[in-house]
Amino acid sequence: MEKLYLPEIARGLSTTFRRIWEKPVTLEYPEQRPTIPEGYRGVPTLVKDPEGREKCVSCQLCEFVCPPKAIRITPGEIPEDSDYVHVEKAPKEFDIDMLRCIYCGMCQEVCPEEAIWLQNQFSMSGYTRKEMVNNKEKLYELGGTLPDEHFKWKKKKEAAKKGDGHH
Amino acid sequence: MELNPIIVKIVYASIVVVVIMTLCAYAVLAERKISSWIQGRVGPNRTALPIIGGIPIIGPFLTRLGIFQPLPDGLKFLFKEDVVPAHVNKFYFIMAPVLSLVPALTTVAVVPFGQFVTEAGEVIPLVLANVNVGLLFLFAISSLGVYGVVLAGWSSNSKYPFLGGIRASAQMISYELAMGVSVLPVLMWVNAPGREGTMNLFDIAQAQNGFWFAMWMPVSAIIFLVCLFAETNRLPFDMAESETELVSGFHTEYSSFKFGLFFVGEYAHMIIGSCVFTLLFLGGWNPLPFVTLETLGMDKGILGAALSVGIFLGKMCAMMFFFMWIRWTLPRFRYDQVMRLGWSTLLPLSIANLVAYALIIFYLDTGL
Repeated sequence: MEKLYLPEIARGLSTTFRRIWEKPVTLEYPEQRPTIPEGYRGVPTLVKDPEGREKCVSCQLCEFVCPPKAIRITPGEIPEDSDYVHVEKAPKEFDIDMLRCIYCGMCQEVCPEEAIWLQNQFSMSGYTRKEMVNNKEKLYELGGTLPDEHFKWKKKKEAAKKGDGHH
Repeated sequence: MELNPIIVKIVYASIVVVVIMTLCAYAVLAERKISSWIQGRVGPNRTALPIIGGIPIIGPFLTRLGIFQPLPDGLKFLFKEDVVPAHVNKFYFIMAPVLSLVPALTTVAVVPFGQFVTEAGEVIPLVLANVNVGLLFLFAISSLGVYGVVLAGWSSNSKYPFLGGIRASAQMISYELAMGVSVLPVLMWVNAPGREGTMNLFDIAQAQNGFWFAMWMPVSAIIFLVCLFAETNRLPFDMAESETELVSGFHTEYSSFKFGLFFVGEYAHMIIGSCVFTLLFLGGWNPLPFVTLETLGMDKGILGAALSVGIFLGKMCAMMFFFMWIRWTLPRFRYDQVMRLGWSTLLPLSIANLVAYALIIFYLDTGL
């Protein structure tokens, strides 16, 4: 009976016929987006704290740890008249070359300020090499604001006021 | 006003060719859509024409169905770069795609699409050339289609097309035999003693006003169907193409419009094959077994003609769907399996079938 093929062919046909009426399993991509799981490592971004302060203090640890050397930081001073002058430093320029980035997430892991995050965005494209380098404005635009539980630098400032170097 | 009969024929012929070409284009779309549905995908759903696509509700609906897709598909075949490799035999290389399409379009001439019954009860077949050798002509010409494949494989002067061409010719020889033998019972029945002898496809379809031949000659029908799949190079018998082994077989070296001709040729062969199977085994334009348009009283005039053509095309489309359905269900046979199936299963089976029906028809005719 099996050598006759036909019964098995009929069975196969019925399977595929039932399949026709089922819902497609694919996503129609640009309109429908996949749900991004938590802890996803997308494009690296810079974030601000809820008060609008840029969290990066340009310690350059991420630049140092980055395996493909995609990050380039130019450190800068925080001006005297700023509320956050006690933080001392912020990046003057912060470039991530997305043609080099391998999305390993080591920058996020090493960052003592939790300032660099690999977030949800997974598709980067551009027509030129220059477009593929994210500068500081772009990185903050992509990153937005993340909640902060500690406000570490605020506590430091208050502790310094009380004359206590440690908080 | 009397029109020149030649001009009338040319007009009819162009209409039929246009219809067949349109059917081919939409068969490609149907293939893409059916494959995507079976595989749980959506299929072509983006192409929209500027004005028609803009109509609310209908426009997006047609776009989602991919109704406009054949147009860009065809344009792509026209406008892509046409590469003729340096190492090919140019004459045969260019002739091969033409040779694979022309037989398919030639056979259309003898395929009747329906019937026109005048008020006086005279039955006129709707066919380009109502020749008595219809079926023979069809078999003879449609087998020429394989020369396109073989020539393409040989003139490409490259190993994979060459293997594809060899396989195509071997497969054609093996399955042509069983195919020819499997329809003989049908012809024996239609040409029973006392009736007017005929090989006309129209008469064969008309003879199925009772049982359809698929019902009382199921073995013939199945053998014929299997051979039809082999002859049209469709899966599970697409040895000549066999992407997994032969890159893409005989048309590996072809591009642009020449490839397009092969592509359209394959679908034209399928359409003609479906037509022939419908005519031989599925009762042509008879709506149901034992029910003809005449018994329904709807056979007269233009309406009856339109109805018969509609029923015929409906059955043909169902056959086309079956072709595609099979393609996306079954894996490809191995080459040796194809040969074994052809020579040691289908051929003996069709001969046994022929002998059995010869005896049955003999006893039925002599009244036992």
